[in-house]
Amino acid sequence: MSSQLALAVRDSSTMLRRNLLHARRYPSLTLNLLLTPVMLLLLFVYVFGGAMSGGAGRSAYVAYLVPGILLMTVGSTVIGTAVSMATDMNEGIVARFRTMAIHRDSVLFGRVAGSVLQSVASVVLVGLVGAAIGFRPHGATALEWLAAFGLLVLFSLALTWIAVGMGLGSPNAEAASNAAMPLILLPMISSAFVPLHSMPGWFQPVAQYQPFTPAIETLRGLLLGTHVGNNGWIALVWCLALTVLGYRWSRAQFDRDPK
Amino acid sequence: MTGLAIAASGLRKSYGDKTVLNGVDLAVPAGTVFALLGPNGAGKTTAVKILSTLVRPDAGQVSVGGHDLATHPQQVRAAIGVTGQFSAVDGLITGTENMLLMADLHHLPKAEGRKVAAELLARFDLTGAADKPASTYSGGMKRRLDIAMTLVGNPRIIFLDEPTTGLDPRSRHTMWQVIRQLVADGTTVFLTTQYLEEADELADRIAVLHGGTIAAEGTAAELKRLVPGGHVRLRFTDPATHRTAAAALPEAARDDDALTLDVPSDGSQRALRSVLDRLDATGVEADELTVHTPDLDDVFFALTGAPALPAQSTATAAQNTADQTAAEENAR
Repeated sequence: MSSQLALAVRDSSTMLRRNLLHARRYPSLTLNLLLTPVMLLLLFVYVFGGAMSGGAGRSAYVAYLVPGILLMTVGSTVIGTAVSMATDMNEGIVARFRTMAIHRDSVLFGRVAGSVLQSVASVVLVGLVGAAIGFRPHGATALEWLAAFGLLVLFSLALTWIAVGMGLGSPNAEAASNAAMPLILLPMISSAFVPLHSMPGWFQPVAQYQPFTPAIETLRGLLLGTHVGNNGWIALVWCLALTVLGYRWSRAQFDRDPK
Repeated sequence: MTGLAIAASGLRKSYGDKTVLNGVDLAVPAGTVFALLGPNGAGKTTAVKILSTLVRPDAGQVSVGGHDLATHPQQVRAAIGVTGQFSAVDGLITGTENMLLMADLHHLPKAEGRKVAAELLARFDLTGAADKPASTYSGGMKRRLDIAMTLVGNPRIIFLDEPTTGLDPRSRHTMWQVIRQLVADGTTVFLTTQYLEEADELADRIAVLHGGTIAAEGTAAELKRLVPGGHVRLRFTDPATHRTAAAALPEAARDDDALTLDVPSDGSQRALRSVLDRLDATGVEADELTVHTPDLDDVFFALTGAPALPAQSTATAAQNTADQTAAEENAR
């Protein structure tokens, strides 16, 4: 069994190296995916900021907005994951991997590990843009920073597995891109841009309990000291549930015979 | 061990209500080249996909490299190398990186991996392009890289699905040399092809796949014996000469419109000389003489009731056109 584990680690890290090589060789793909969150960040701060902040001032709105934008960055990055997974499945190379005596899941594990690293790097980049326009976390202890990082990784892992499942279920790159679209639209109907209480009453529960809002509220609490409440637990449950679901869905699709 | 690299019996596979393989039996002795011959859509690729663990059969027993396919697919995978019909290279990374990827997946030590990669790239004439992304390679180069990747890790059994489809004549002959070299080294090669000439050229044994079953199987010579023998065709321009020659060669099939005589013959020098001597004795001379030995085309025609490709006599030119068409069809 331990040799199985060693094989899994070894082959997955080979696959990870392949995916990182792709990302390094073609950075424009990754950078393109950063455009949406960065553009929305600038748009909402500098164009709509006056109206959005409701008189509280632009810098207060920057502080409100950035945590949501950071998690939206994860959603945007994993669209790339879904697309490259679908592309990979249409290339002969995955068929080749399937006929080799390698750890069967390493193709998926390598993809997920690469995507999580990419998400974290993207979030750091967007975070730097946020800092440049005045986002200043305050009062966060080292432990809270660590927790924020942990949340980010877990959230990336969850969305990545879902995106991998979407990529495997799509016949081509275009379809994968469409399938993964909700991952960047969901933040629009979360507490990322406006507080929940400003939304119509019937809609508030939808916005409140979808995966993004609890994660955003938790990140806000950790970085800015706002009230977290039970959002931390809900976020954790969402992350674990989506990870398990995405993993099982992806496995089931990958184990199916190719056409 | 039975000395068989691949043994399959009663292989069946359907996609929906379309039966692709309907009870296929195969026996490939170790260290030989086996060609599975058939037109487009005959099920060749499906057979390769099943034998190489990519697709599970609906029914049938398969053993590859002495391992049962259903119960020990991972051992089968350790014994085989596969080059599918469509390029299985990673276009986003370079030739060298593709090779090193394979070396890593075969768990070769770093230094050995680099050595094997460099050797194989040199052997397949890819050293010059080794540091360019594989997506910039020509069709022939991609195919060579594909096979080079398959050879990392020295598989004992190699599957090649239409290895020369879409290649130009020079690349085709390079590929043939590669395959001969592999067999000389003791590797078993299972290849599929729609070219009779290729099967004839390379394979120790040939099976003709038609309508989901093996229509015939044997050596090229055995298969050729299945169809009526060859003949010498004499053509004349003068009807009188034609008549005289026909009288001298009463066993010949006579065509009075085309002014030809088909004399049954095995195409040997002795048989040819005897025909010429008898013609000489009557003092007539044929305007044209062609020897027709049965080729796999005839076999194919006899077995499947449809010609696979333009006749062999038009050889390479026709073959190339056919390749181009096939390549274009694949591209679509």
